Amino acid sequence: MLFPTTSSRQTPPRVVITGAGIVTALGLGWKPNAEGFRTGRTAFRPVSLFDVSRLRAKHAAEVDLPATLPPTRLSAKQSARLDRAASLLLLATDEAWQQSGWEPAENLPLVLGTTAGGMSLGESYFRQAVQRPDHRRHQATRAVYYQPQVQARMILAALGSNGPITIVSNACASGSNAIGHAWELIRFGQTDRVLAGGYDALSELVFVGFDALQALSTTICRPFDAHRDGLALGEGAAVVALETLESARRRGADILGELVGYGTSIDQHHLTQPHPQGSTTLMVMKQACETAGITPENVDYINAHGTGTVLNDSSEALAISEWAGRRAATLPVSSTKANIGHLLGAAGAVEAVVCLMTLREQWLPPEKLFETPDPACKFPIVQKPRDARLNVVLSNSFGFGGVNASLILRRCV
Amino acid sequence: MSRIFVAGLGAVSPAGWNVAALRGALDKGEPLPTQLLERPGWNKPFSVRLVPNPAVRPEFLAHPRLRRTSPITHYVVATALEATATVCATRIAQFRLGLVVCLQSGCVNYSCRFYDETLKDPATASPLVFPETVYAAPASHLAAVLENVSLASTLVGDPAAFLQGVSLGAQWLEENRVDACLVIGAEETNWILADALWHLERSAILTAGAGALCLCRDSKLSAGVELAAITDGHTYSTQNGRSQAARAMRRQLGAPASCRPKPSQGNEDLAGKMPALPELLCDGVGNNPRAAAPELDAWRDWTGPRICPKRILGEGLMAAAAWQCVAACDAVAGGRFAAANISLVGSNQQAMGARFVRADSHISHLSLGHPTGNIRS
Repeated sequence: MLFPTTSSRQTPPRVVITGAGIVTALGLGWKPNAEGFRTGRTAFRPVSLFDVSRLRAKHAAEVDLPATLPPTRLSAKQSARLDRAASLLLLATDEAWQQSGWEPAENLPLVLGTTAGGMSLGESYFRQAVQRPDHRRHQATRAVYYQPQVQARMILAALGSNGPITIVSNACASGSNAIGHAWELIRFGQTDRVLAGGYDALSELVFVGFDALQALSTTICRPFDAHRDGLALGEGAAVVALETLESARRRGADILGELVGYGTSIDQHHLTQPHPQGSTTLMVMKQACETAGITPENVDYINAHGTGTVLNDSSEALAISEWAGRRAATLPVSSTKANIGHLLGAAGAVEAVVCLMTLREQWLPPEKLFETPDPACKFPIVQKPRDARLNVVLSNSFGFGGVNASLILRRCV
Repeated sequence: MSRIFVAGLGAVSPAGWNVAALRGALDKGEPLPTQLLERPGWNKPFSVRLVPNPAVRPEFLAHPRLRRTSPITHYVVATALEATATVCATRIAQFRLGLVVCLQSGCVNYSCRFYDETLKDPATASPLVFPETVYAAPASHLAAVLENVSLASTLVGDPAAFLQGVSLGAQWLEENRVDACLVIGAEETNWILADALWHLERSAILTAGAGALCLCRDSKLSAGVELAAITDGHTYSTQNGRSQAARAMRRQLGAPASCRPKPSQGNEDLAGKMPALPELLCDGVGNNPRAAAPELDAWRDWTGPRICPKRILGEGLMAAAAWQCVAACDAVAGGRFAAANISLVGSNQQAMGARFVRADSHISHLSLGHPTGNIRS
């Protein structure tokens, strides 16, 4: 029962990550992404998925999808119904699943964050309904598979599993919120393991929307740079396998990292603009630290939300500077959106996996095109590839609508 | 485990802009009149049930954040203000309020409008419209109106996901992260959504609106209703179709087939004191026999009173799920029933059930076999 709960745990269990899958424009899977983030490679190119000739911005970080998806329990007909977003999600899930070593189960919770779900199917539906109103072919299928909960069911089916599905849609904080929610489900005693993550594919509606807002960079995406002029969009997915430390140890699983802190709240300042002083950002970072039982002194790296927009980065920089206090002067910060763009509903999950990479492999992801720090930055931006001793890292994600989230991950040795 | 109470209810529906209008329509038991909705390119319009214009322009629409918002946000704000009226009148200023907004289709009006502009000329698509297309927009606007929302989330799913939202709100309350939590289900109508529904369920009549439950831990704020149970989400799969999931939900909910509470171990003394009120079933059955079959089968032994809001109001997707809960809680709060069972057999995700009881009764704990240590006599 979801209510009343039957948990008898006195103290929340420790929650670890035993599988991680990632798909971005840097590549499919952990290895090419780790190499890309470690060296600071950027993955932007002219948009090929739709016409951008009438728009200000022309570039994005598109994923090269493989010709065939990995073999799963989906039939050929089912696989053919996966749109671009669901394909990204399947690739990331398959990697996390293989790495975790989990067996198919009838009660495997899946928590996903997305902003657009199967938007490409929705766009196709709309175009056909408007341009060929008497033509009904494929419309019923599009109307069903457009919905993120149906895509999530397909993913569970691909794994030969079933279980409760939760879809979180808090805009660009969705991926972090999904992982945070999964973490709470385990700590609250509702389950011992959860698959969680985020996904979003590039879509015409969203690209045009950010272009209309003049939020897209027409040069290069340079988070926290004084001369930044906007964000760049990307696409991708990331999924993590979360379970109790006890369960992971019992199985002898390879532990990639521990999720130790989570904070979330809502900024009521504006639908699309953060509070200029970053007050909610500050709050969620403090919350995450409280739940983790640490202070800023313990944090070795921040993977910032860092979109590259003027308003976000100055607000976040103020919040990080205030939160970190004296620690700020030596606290390395970077935004991997400089490499792969803003992945919207996938961003928080992808960046959580990047944090796992940094903990696992002990390096810092640089922003190689960063030049001049914003005056609000009291912290150093990682500009060159370098190794580092990392034990605790923090990831920020903020969304349209104002939901903010911070995750804290710790190395497991 | 904390006890979770319902502090207030809110509803905007084709019946009107409050719970009383919803109650009136359901009590009357007659399907509401339909209106015609034009569909571009077709001669035959859709038959839908639109939310009537409010008799008086709501004051909240003067809020600067609501200037450009679409109807779904208006419905969300109206239901929220109604559901929190009691709490506001007492001590909401000191409250940490949680907010869970549940949607299936969400902000379709502005999404269609913006994509239409995109197809015509992307260079002139309106930057004012785009932000209103995101699922999170209604929750954001409501948080700005209420000012004291400390925790918020938007969940997407089929209508049964409304009970996931109620469960999340209860969890936040149990963890003492908020003092009260609004859980809202909402939808808005437009031609593309009516078109999609026509492809999937031709006899359904699309409608729109919102429903809200305000949950709290403090029994003094209770409107006389207590949350007793929410089942797991029984997700559909190739091996577990809607029928099996509906039956599993029914088994887990454990609602008795009989309409009257039965004395059981530990409540013999209560049985004599308790008014012999019946239990209510509030289901999600509409007018399509094929779509309704799994749910009807799962509850075929139910002999007690039953209401089917969809048959009166139409297919309101997530709003319809919220109306079920609002109508059930309202019936229990009104003293007509000892308990109300909610049956939500969603369209493409899961079956879930819930049970609300009178806050001064003990039926839930006894019939569900839970510890009786916190029973008040």
